[in-house]
Amino acid sequence: MLVLIVGMMAVTYLPRVIPFFIVSQTKLSKRIQRFLQFIPYAALGALIIPGAFSATPDMPSAAMVGILFAGLYGWFRGGIIIPVLGSIIATWMILSSGFGMIM
Amino acid sequence: MELGEQKLLDIKEGLKSGVPIVIGYIPIAMAFGILAKTEGVSLLDTMLFSVLVFAGASQFMALNLLAVGVGAGEIILATLLMNFRHFLMSASLAAKLEDRRKRWIPLAAFAVTDETFSVAALRQGTLTLNYLLPMEYAAYGSWLGGTALGYLLGSALPELVKASMGVALYAMFTAILVPAVRKSKVVTILALGAGILNTVLSYSRIVTSGWSLILTILLVAAAGAWIFDGEEVERDE
Repeated sequence: MLVLIVGMMAVTYLPRVIPFFIVSQTKLSKRIQRFLQFIPYAALGALIIPGAFSATPDMPSAAMVGILFAGLYGWFRGGIIIPVLGSIIATWMILSSGFGMIM
Repeated sequence: MELGEQKLLDIKEGLKSGVPIVIGYIPIAMAFGILAKTEGVSLLDTMLFSVLVFAGASQFMALNLLAVGVGAGEIILATLLMNFRHFLMSASLAAKLEDRRKRWIPLAAFAVTDETFSVAALRQGTLTLNYLLPMEYAAYGSWLGGTALGYLLGSALPELVKASMGVALYAMFTAILVPAVRKSKVVTILALGAGILNTVLSYSRIVTSGWSLILTILLVAAAGAWIFDGEEVERDE
């Protein structure tokens, strides 16, 4: 088991650490800089869709309402903690009311 | 004096930014602890998974593959493929990080996850290690604590609460992304394009979900860098 865990650590850690040493020692072209700058937005899009649609597998609409709250609050007011707590509460309300069944 | 104040401010901001990740990690880490116990993995090994690997999806995958008798070599290879997306994320963070105190870099790199990366990458203004490390290691602490809680207490949280907390990380990703989408058409196109491509790739089952994420991020960011030549995404307010 230890061999497996240490092996998994190695193949997880190396891709995490190597770029820090490559990027800091290389002069980057404008295009590469833009590529690196765009990665977070592409990553976020892919991390949210389609995973969010099955965040509450038994009742997908509950998660949808929660995430909608986070999106709207983030759009108009910004911040992260309130959108996250609010979305948990909204999801909990829909899940516990069973209201999502009919949506 | 002023430098010290800035440092404290960054640390405080970092810890605050870590809060949503801490909340989001607890139910997932607990689920990992519970599953590991169910599959007969010892408490020590279970903790070592979370302490040394710290990569949720691949830890679950390892348990699933172990249960069906897949060998260590194959699991390690699958882990490499699944976690290779962090290569892209670390590269992006490295380009944004303005603080290059070398001895902290290995620690900062260890705790790059989808979540810590997202929070750090979209932080307004400069990215310092004083901000990054507290945020990352608050998340790490929650991952370890959640793993132990799950293993020792089982489903201590009511099912409904756990299910509701499952939405936290998606809500966090959304709350991080939305203000950037509001400010920039380029961001909107990139994020939507990535969502669509990732959906097509994962549902068509041409590639595994790990590959789907890597390919999506790589293709969309590269296409963006090619198409939006000369356009800069606003970073500051």
